[in-house]
Amino acid sequence: MSATQTVGTESGRSVSAPVNYLNHDKSIKGWLYTVDHKRIGLMYLATVSIAFLVAGLLALAVRTELFSQGRTIMDADTYNQFFSLHGIMMVFLFIIPSIPAALGNFVMPIQIGAKDVAFPRLNLASYYIFVIGGVLAVTGILVGQIDTGWTFYTPYSSRLGAPVLFLTSAVFIAGFSSILTGLNFIVTIHKMRAPGLTWNRLPLFVWSIYATSIVQVLATPVIGITMVLLFMEKALQIGIFDPALGGDPVLFQHFFWFYSHPAVYIMILPAFGIISDLIGTFSRHEVQGYKFVALSSVAIAFLGFLVWGHHMFVSGQSVVSSIIFSLLTYLIGIPTGVKVLNWVGTMYKGSISLQTPMLYALSFLILFTIGGLTGVMLGVLSVDVHLHDTYFVVAHFHYVMMGGTVIAALGGLHYWWPKMTGKMYNETNGRIAAVLIFIGFNVTFFTQFIMGSKGMPRRYYDYLPEFEIYHMISTIGSFLLAIGLFMAAGGLIASFWRGKKATSNPWKSLTLEWTHTTSPPDPHNFHHTPIVTRGPYDYHLAPEIFGEPGGDGAVVSAQPDTDPVQQ
Amino acid sequence: MGDKGTFWLPESGSTLSPGLDSLFYFTYWISVVIFVAVTVAVIVFAIKYRRRNDSDIPPIVHENKLLETAWIVVPTILVLIVFTWGFRSFLKLHSPPANAYEIQVTAKQWLWDYTYPNGKTSTGDLVVPVDRPVRLVMTSTDVLHSFFVPAFRVKQDVVPNRYSSVWFEATGQGEYHILCTEYCGTQHSGMLGSVIVQSAEDFDAWLQSGVEDMAPAEYGALLYTQQNCNVCHSVDGTRLVGPTLLGLFGRQTTFTDGTTAVADENYIMESIVNPMAKIVEGYPPGMPTIYSSFDSDQLNALVAFIKEQQ
Amino acid sequence: MSEAVATAEQIHGHDDHPAHLQHHFVTSDQQFEASKMGMWLFLITEILLFSGMFVAYTVYRVWHPEVFQGVSSLLDWRLGGLNTIVLLASSFTVAMSIHFAQKNNQKGLVINLVITLLCACIFLVVKYFEYTGKFSHGIFPGIAYHPHGDYAVYDIPYAGQFFSIYYIMTGIHGFHVLVGIGVFIWITIRAIKGDFTSAYYTPVELTGLYWHLVDIIWIFLFPLLYLI
Repeated sequence: MSATQTVGTESGRSVSAPVNYLNHDKSIKGWLYTVDHKRIGLMYLATVSIAFLVAGLLALAVRTELFSQGRTIMDADTYNQFFSLHGIMMVFLFIIPSIPAALGNFVMPIQIGAKDVAFPRLNLASYYIFVIGGVLAVTGILVGQIDTGWTFYTPYSSRLGAPVLFLTSAVFIAGFSSILTGLNFIVTIHKMRAPGLTWNRLPLFVWSIYATSIVQVLATPVIGITMVLLFMEKALQIGIFDPALGGDPVLFQHFFWFYSHPAVYIMILPAFGIISDLIGTFSRHEVQGYKFVALSSVAIAFLGFLVWGHHMFVSGQSVVSSIIFSLLTYLIGIPTGVKVLNWVGTMYKGSISLQTPMLYALSFLILFTIGGLTGVMLGVLSVDVHLHDTYFVVAHFHYVMMGGTVIAALGGLHYWWPKMTGKMYNETNGRIAAVLIFIGFNVTFFTQFIMGSKGMPRRYYDYLPEFEIYHMISTIGSFLLAIGLFMAAGGLIASFWRGKKATSNPWKSLTLEWTHTTSPPDPHNFHHTPIVTRGPYDYHLAPEIFGEPGGDGAVVSAQPDTDPVQQ
Repeated sequence: MGDKGTFWLPESGSTLSPGLDSLFYFTYWISVVIFVAVTVAVIVFAIKYRRRNDSDIPPIVHENKLLETAWIVVPTILVLIVFTWGFRSFLKLHSPPANAYEIQVTAKQWLWDYTYPNGKTSTGDLVVPVDRPVRLVMTSTDVLHSFFVPAFRVKQDVVPNRYSSVWFEATGQGEYHILCTEYCGTQHSGMLGSVIVQSAEDFDAWLQSGVEDMAPAEYGALLYTQQNCNVCHSVDGTRLVGPTLLGLFGRQTTFTDGTTAVADENYIMESIVNPMAKIVEGYPPGMPTIYSSFDSDQLNALVAFIKEQQ
Repeated sequence: MSEAVATAEQIHGHDDHPAHLQHHFVTSDQQFEASKMGMWLFLITEILLFSGMFVAYTVYRVWHPEVFQGVSSLLDWRLGGLNTIVLLASSFTVAMSIHFAQKNNQKGLVINLVITLLCACIFLVVKYFEYTGKFSHGIFPGIAYHPHGDYAVYDIPYAGQFFSIYYIMTGIHGFHVLVGIGVFIWITIRAIKGDFTSAYYTPVELTGLYWHLVDIIWIFLFPLLYLI
């Protein structure tokens, strides 16, 4: 039993050498060949963080260029490449894998009481496929001038040579990784749950990962085939999308958005899950409308396939299809809005603790509400005609993708950091960073709403004089935002040396990763398969679960050793 | 101009703007109300129900069915109102009046070319009459572009190998920005232009002005391509659907009824205005009669042009 | 491996597990069910991959029906039909191999796997002759499409598109057959070594599922490209 940490107090043994997944094998090989979902999760986390850093620096360069009219620091071609790379890297190498592959890999199997995902070797393979995709993308970037924007619209993209071949194969390969991860997670959630963990006892994070995985499995093959066709078009001149060869560029847009709109849900659904867990934990309250929040994620995953055409109201698609797409867009908007109200309702009469993760959750509520409401404005057919392809759209998707997904990811990262590393970060630093990020974000992107609706088109290197004041404010905001992000990252990294040792359950949370394993967890997650007898947010049972008030929720020792379940 | 627009929207310059602006502000104010409600609730709850003691166990809150139904039903109704409104104005955007004045637009990297019904062309600046519906028929010669006039609240993608169209009716004289809003390469942000809205008289004068300045033969050459004469009549001697224009002037020509004539100014003019009068032997009687509406300037220009093809 | 891991593994009681059962599963059944579900999900992604191409096919067919009807007669329905029969036969033999695996009939398993493998190879050989035959007449995809000789009359607009779609669809399908051959070789070797019993034949079953999908996609490709 030397493998346990907290039983040490009972048996009187020393706690000097608790075995956990981080220290049981410290060799490089132990990391590179690992099939442990926790280590793979951390490797993803490191990889996507690098992508986020690079893409974020590109964004800063873009904003700096836009600080004043005319040339500020770079020429038009460089600028066009920078914003394209910013978009491509953020979307394909950061946001899509960020929550599902990094946090999902680490947390989800523990939350369902499994020893690992269903196919651990496939999981490792997915990681390396993703890395190969990333390397190809970087090669494409180094080979030459990618300036197509992240959408690769034909025929503009058809005119570029080798770099587009590299990038399309990169997207194809990274997509494969996404498919395999989604497949792995669906099977895991179906087949690997601990005894007693019924579908309506699943933590909402698991539900959201489940919905996300469905989208990954169903949508990614379409971008796969689109990229194959684009690749063939470039390599063999086959003429599917390029009008010069007899193809149709609007067909490309249909294919592209058939994937890329559901991909938006790959990005945002996991964030919904994190926010549900955070608000439940830090309000000590059952999440209001649990079933609605859980099932609407799955419903959104399917409905998300029917609204791609709302990106194309001015592209030349038929009026009738535009109208249908607009109506469907509203249908999907309502459940999303109701979720926000459920989260606010969860706080009602709760016991709210404004620790760092909760600050991110509250930022999310405010920013995502703005992102969602402006989304409704963009869904209004005739208003979209005016707003389409302006900074209004840029601001809208940054409110959803960054104010939504990235803020939720940061909240989740702070929340699970003690579990991942066994260290507590500096709380004061974390809170200041969260507030700074919130302010910087709004200064950067709210101004973009105004200039957008006033007619500032996106992807512009230079602009009319009346927009200069907005661009200046936005650029200043982006630097505030960057400072906030660096502070948050610094606080987390510093915890490795200066952080206090984390207890098993510092937040007194009720999901299995907190109540049934140590921080950091055992290499096999649990010493005994947990048996689940209650819901994930049954905080009214907290006194029984945690023992006497004020205890730290050390359920690992408090729970009598149940029989290992080996039916 | 004078009108500088509101906090959110640019100046309003077309008959479509006011309707769209009210729809924009309607959605906007609903959004503001919802946003403020959510934010206030978040802040009030965060303060009122803050954790006072680490062992706090909050009470169970039973779900309020009425409230939950309300927050599904009310947004649905609001959204349907907004949808219907948006749908109706979208149809209006796509229904140009039948009498709209039609201008051809060609987009290419990185400029806008306009061709008016009388053959006059301009680049960058689009001159249109005030208070008259104008319909633009647009195509691109290279990549995707998008035609956007913020003051008119209209936008439409311009696609190679396809025609797309957009219409507007300018309500005030003045100059408005044209912007390209579909990313098209290096000079995407430089692909600008202006709509210059003029009074009907000024516009007519402008429409004729450039034409008069041109030498007749030069103007004829322009008409030759713009009116698609070049589709059936070559100027290099190649046999197309109709006889070549090379060496036509002064040529002895035989007709299907056996008569002959020397091609002079009058013969050429007659052939344009009334093509079925004399059919050249060996060619089908296939020339359309749509050119009968040419005015004398245009006919003179074409004759001058054909005279030069020796 | 550190001592600690060994300790941890003892707790999980590896001793009573059959050799094929991975440590994170509790029972063989759970492992089999999980693998099968994973395979089904994978097949769904495959169907979606091909459906993208079917959409492209449909769009271009609707736009240029006369061109598609005209040039599809360039494809030899007899060779396509032969390949259909070959694939259907292999689908049957792969189903038989699963049957024999369940019955612990080692010989039947290996024989059926080998027949399946041969059918897959025949399919590719026929395909090879079809492709080279087309290439020799200048029938290439896209702008490279320049039929000459007797076929020059087929040099009409958008015929290149048809052949682009033909080559991509059959090419990607052919790639799946090639992958299938690789997997069948591996499975056959394992079957000869006696790895599969009625208690554990998951790889045979999963490969069979995959092979049925390859067959079904061809069943759709054949009439769409060769017959109509």
